[in-house]
Amino acid sequence: MTHTTSRLTLRQREAIACACFIAPAVLGFMVFTAAPLLASAWLSLTDYALAGWPNFVGLDNYRALLEDEFWLRSVRVTVQYAVVAVPMWLISSLALALIMNQKLRGVAIFRTIYYLPAVLSGVATAMLWGWILNARVGILNLTLRFVGLQGPNWLGDEDWALWSLILISLYTMGWYLPIWLGGLQSIPTDLYEAATIDGAGWWGRLHRITLPMLSPVLLYNLMMNMIWALQLFTEPMIMTGGGPKFATLSYVLYLYNNGFKYLRMGQATAMAWLLFVVTLLLTLLVFKSTPFWVYYEGEQRER
Amino acid sequence: MNHRKQETRQHAIAYLVLLVGSIAFLFPLFWQVTTSLKTSEQTMLYPPLWLPMPAQWQNYAILFERFPFWRYAGNSVLISSTVILGTVLSNSLAAYGFARLRMPGKDLIFLLLLSTLMLPGIVLVIPQFVLFHRLNWVDTFNPLIIPAFFGNAFYIFLLRQFFLTVPRELEEAARIDGAGYLRIYAQIMLPLALPALIAVAIYTFIGSWNDFFGPLIYLSDQEKYTVAVALRYLAGGVRSRPENHLLMAAATLSIIPCIAVFLAAQRWFMQGTVVTGVKG
Repeated sequence: MTHTTSRLTLRQREAIACACFIAPAVLGFMVFTAAPLLASAWLSLTDYALAGWPNFVGLDNYRALLEDEFWLRSVRVTVQYAVVAVPMWLISSLALALIMNQKLRGVAIFRTIYYLPAVLSGVATAMLWGWILNARVGILNLTLRFVGLQGPNWLGDEDWALWSLILISLYTMGWYLPIWLGGLQSIPTDLYEAATIDGAGWWGRLHRITLPMLSPVLLYNLMMNMIWALQLFTEPMIMTGGGPKFATLSYVLYLYNNGFKYLRMGQATAMAWLLFVVTLLLTLLVFKSTPFWVYYEGEQRER
Repeated sequence: MNHRKQETRQHAIAYLVLLVGSIAFLFPLFWQVTTSLKTSEQTMLYPPLWLPMPAQWQNYAILFERFPFWRYAGNSVLISSTVILGTVLSNSLAAYGFARLRMPGKDLIFLLLLSTLMLPGIVLVIPQFVLFHRLNWVDTFNPLIIPAFFGNAFYIFLLRQFFLTVPRELEEAARIDGAGYLRIYAQIMLPLALPALIAVAIYTFIGSWNDFFGPLIYLSDQEKYTVAVALRYLAGGVRSRPENHLLMAAATLSIIPCIAVFLAAQRWFMQGTVVTGVKG
């Protein structure tokens, strides 16, 4: 062994070692990511149905989607969900972090409480909320009845169902708390002291110091929230099955139905590709907009 | 003095908001557990019954009788623990290579791996399913555990950041003593990166235990169900009948491991190490 390795230079030995260390990850990248990605580009142009061999059908899958009213419905549902839920998550979790960031005694217990739901099974949580929101015997409507109100059929009424899903999505917003708090704690306190001496009030400090200093964290959370919202699946799958009258048929739920219920793999892949492209475009758009609102420390900027 | 008073008032408001919010966040769990301890009739009473007296512990016995919960839990434990092992192993190996060893083209490969972070998982679902279908892996645990042994860009990035902070002198000293790369990785890097490895293991556990989509598409034989898909199956089966007390019992059992891990390992979550990819 030493005989053969001695012929290699130290550099070469290091490179070989490096290749061995990263080999599993590189192999995994090729087999489980790159190849499926390429294959899916092609699959989306076929009529693959799991059995048999796929036939090339050109852009038929994409054309069919644009004429598919359920697809259009799922796009509308998902956009509506994302447009309302993402700002709602961002604002409420940031507000919560701002409150917690004061020097309060015993704040750790609150952090625990708010974070806890984020680590619990999405299926169990969806089942629980389905029970709480039960129109007839759910505790929410029973409580409303107690104070003399008639609660809506939260999940059974097509005008309410999607709003109910948006509302309960707040339950897991604690996930973002540590990220916000980390960002808040890295803001130097002398900035606030200087601002206070200059007579800045609560709003002035938030608007002039906290938000600009926090903007890189906001960028991160915005991106993650967006990607997350576009992939809404578990809640409608468990709680409503996409109903009533397709009011909660999210994009990914319809993709799942297409692929695994109707075995239209080609069509489902086309849906996935469209989602991918839209996500990519949104990401680019957000990044293009960053010079206007994201502030990086040490960066010079003219206005 | 005035300033002091204002601060006290501000804190009082903060506590009030946090307290009201906490009740809203804890109530659903309280309701889940108490529902699981009621009789079927008690779940539908008006005005609602807040605390069932006596608690109907036999609900859990009925659940175990009708529903092989332990089998599903065993499947979940088996999958989660294998996935944790694979994730920690493959990603720490790769991260060490990327952080410390020199190889032509290494940075390009790293960038390529990182680019997959922007990829929504759903894009890969169908082609991966087709791949595993061709391999005859559908309805086995393989699709859920094998990929874990082949790296994850996010954890590689995280662990690499961690390894970069380890002083080089430590390795050089070992090298002079004749240690090879594998020994340096195992005896110097891994122990030093223990906090990061624990964080990775914990997040992997939560992700794997709660994973719904993967088991949903890959497992069709009920014997192989994980807790998450079994719950959904149970919910589908009893939705029409008034058995919400049993559903809530199953839901309660399913979240106990995550609650236990979370409470025991809270600081790893709170540091946000894994979610932000910034070292804690």
